[in-house]
Amino acid sequence: MAQSEPPPPYHHDLGGAARFRCTPIEPDDPPLSDFDRRVDALRALLRQKGLITTDEQRLAIESLPPEAYDGLTYYEKWLRAIVAVLLARGVIGWEDLA
Amino acid sequence: MPKPDPRPESIALLERLVAALAARGIVSEEEIAAKRAATERASPQIGARMVARAWIDPAFRALLLADGSRAASLFGADMRGQPPLGVLEDRPGLHHLVVCTLCSCYPRAVLGYPPAWYKSQAYRARAVRDPRRVLAEWGTVLPPDVQVRVVDSTAEYRWMVLPLRPAGTEGWEEAQLASLITAETLVGVRLPQPGPALPA
Amino acid sequence: MTPRFAPGQRVRVRPVWPEALGRLHLRTPHYLRGQAGVIERCLGRFPNPEDLAFRRPAAERDLYHVLFDQRAIWPEAAPGDTLLVEIFEHWLEAADAQA
Repeated sequence: MAQSEPPPPYHHDLGGAARFRCTPIEPDDPPLSDFDRRVDALRALLRQKGLITTDEQRLAIESLPPEAYDGLTYYEKWLRAIVAVLLARGVIGWEDLA
Repeated sequence: MPKPDPRPESIALLERLVAALAARGIVSEEEIAAKRAATERASPQIGARMVARAWIDPAFRALLLADGSRAASLFGADMRGQPPLGVLEDRPGLHHLVVCTLCSCYPRAVLGYPPAWYKSQAYRARAVRDPRRVLAEWGTVLPPDVQVRVVDSTAEYRWMVLPLRPAGTEGWEEAQLASLITAETLVGVRLPQPGPALPA
Repeated sequence: MTPRFAPGQRVRVRPVWPEALGRLHLRTPHYLRGQAGVIERCLGRFPNPEDLAFRRPAAERDLYHVLFDQRAIWPEAAPGDTLLVEIFEHWLEAADAQA
């Protein structure tokens, strides 16, 4: 790997990413929606029950296609990640969600 | 930028998921409601009270810096199953700024839900590379002889800043001091400022 | 078990980019690869998240807080500003090994 150019960062690995250099940070913090709070609570429960770990969730979010990573809201990404982990573990099947 | 509102299909997916989990006896609506209520008991007020105590009680300050998780549990934070809490102390000439460039790691047990700006891609990208301009967007301008130490929260800990106690707060009571502390001061984008009105 | 590195020791983040190998779960940011820093403190031992993410058995590894000079990473940074980052031992090598 030494002689060639390093590969680009994964899409989620944002530290120093030049494409945000001129993007101002919106300092406001709008209240979370009911959906957001439900997803958050569901994730906490599933973690407590040993059905998802932080690192599995992180990997599932990192594995989202870049368009989804950029376009979905924070808790939409969490929901997608929870679904991906529960499907992979066989806790639920796709028929449950179709 | 992502819209703040979830799409209808996301709401529908959540409800199908919850129904499937409920049908299997894995999760109930009552459990979700109870977990949500427990989560919402955490807020920046916990971190604020810890900082105010550390400003007036050297023994607590020592504990806070040595074992943030234990210090937090003394203030009612539920640290069971939580990542360890680390606390980084600002000093004259040293200012900490916390970010998570890989996701959005945040000391939720003592600060509550992470704010939208903390989770934003712009903050995650820029805080490590351009911290002084990021700080300036909050009106925080530090002199060049103050070192800005950016803390990239990449792994196992969750980090909180113990800011410097501002001048002009001599003799203040703990609750007054706590009122100066917000999530923004505990992440390090703002400095605690005593208001224009003098305390009673 | 004694950690391999001690506070004050100069280390370097290994100049490797496993991203090229496929979809992995890495907790060492891309911008730090190959950068030299100083061990600030040992943070304890934790199961390796690179394994946990895939539900593999995860051996515990030493985790360090490593302090970097921002200017070495971003030329435009203000002099004296620093970066403090959690890095697992298997991502670090002694900096004097290759000056």
